[in-house]
Amino acid sequence: MADLHFLANPARFRRFSQRVLPGLGFATVLMLCVGLYMAFFVAPADYQQGQTVRIMFLHVPSAWLSMMGYALLAGLGASLLVWRHPLAALMARAAAPVGASFAAVCLLTGSLWGRPMWGTYWVWDARLTSMLLLFFLYLGHIALSRAYDEPERGDRAAAILALIGVINLPIIKFSVDWWNTLHQPASVTRLDAPAIHNSILVPLLWMAVSLLFLFVFLVLLRTETEIDRRRLENAAAQEEGAPA
Amino acid sequence: MSNHAAFILASYLAAFVILGGLVIASLSARNRVRRELDQRGLAPRGSAPRGVDRKR
Repeated sequence: MADLHFLANPARFRRFSQRVLPGLGFATVLMLCVGLYMAFFVAPADYQQGQTVRIMFLHVPSAWLSMMGYALLAGLGASLLVWRHPLAALMARAAAPVGASFAAVCLLTGSLWGRPMWGTYWVWDARLTSMLLLFFLYLGHIALSRAYDEPERGDRAAAILALIGVINLPIIKFSVDWWNTLHQPASVTRLDAPAIHNSILVPLLWMAVSLLFLFVFLVLLRTETEIDRRRLENAAAQEEGAPA
Repeated sequence: MSNHAAFILASYLAAFVILGGLVIASLSARNRVRRELDQRGLAPRGSAPRGVDRKR
């Protein structure tokens, strides 16, 4: 953990991300190519879902990553509000659109899976509704962080929203246990063994790791951009404030 | 791929458009900001985007 503190300085973080990004980008493309091959040509059709199980290789990792992304936003929000961490606000600005995109992928792919399996694109059941709420929380975070002329005020407001909204994460996770939902209960993240055969579990986990690589790549890339953008804004503010 | 092929392909297409679009937007935003930094002479060393001739 002490090693991670060295990245707290934006300039050092920037140098770190510049070193890591090319390799990470290459690894992400490679992992995704293998993952897609496994999803389409290695994994068998499911005995109940048939070929539509292939949608799960996108849907499930997207759901995990969108929840992980929001937990990250909440952690960064706490870091900003409590310790005034210089990088936290910039990374939160960078991570929110990435998390929102994964939430959108989760909702869209879930809807496209629901039509052939449930006979409908959408039902207002607890899991789907709480997931939609997560997507709106992301949009709220993005809007709030850009709503003020002073970026620091926007960052603080968005951090508060991230901390309040984190209550939605256990609701999403346990909604299928707490309420009667059309959505099936957890089948991978269970305390006992996963209820999925290895022939489907392995491609699913591979795609999850591949998309995690993509998530990290995007967050690093966008954080680096936010650091540079803040630098530009500070320079512009100094120029405006300088005597003619 | 059965009569559900349209749903499967639409799912992958939607994911490709959303995530691929985000990658492209992120890369172009980084290059735009770097170019602007470079024009103002604020770019840290080794960060100039391709095709930018830094005057230092």
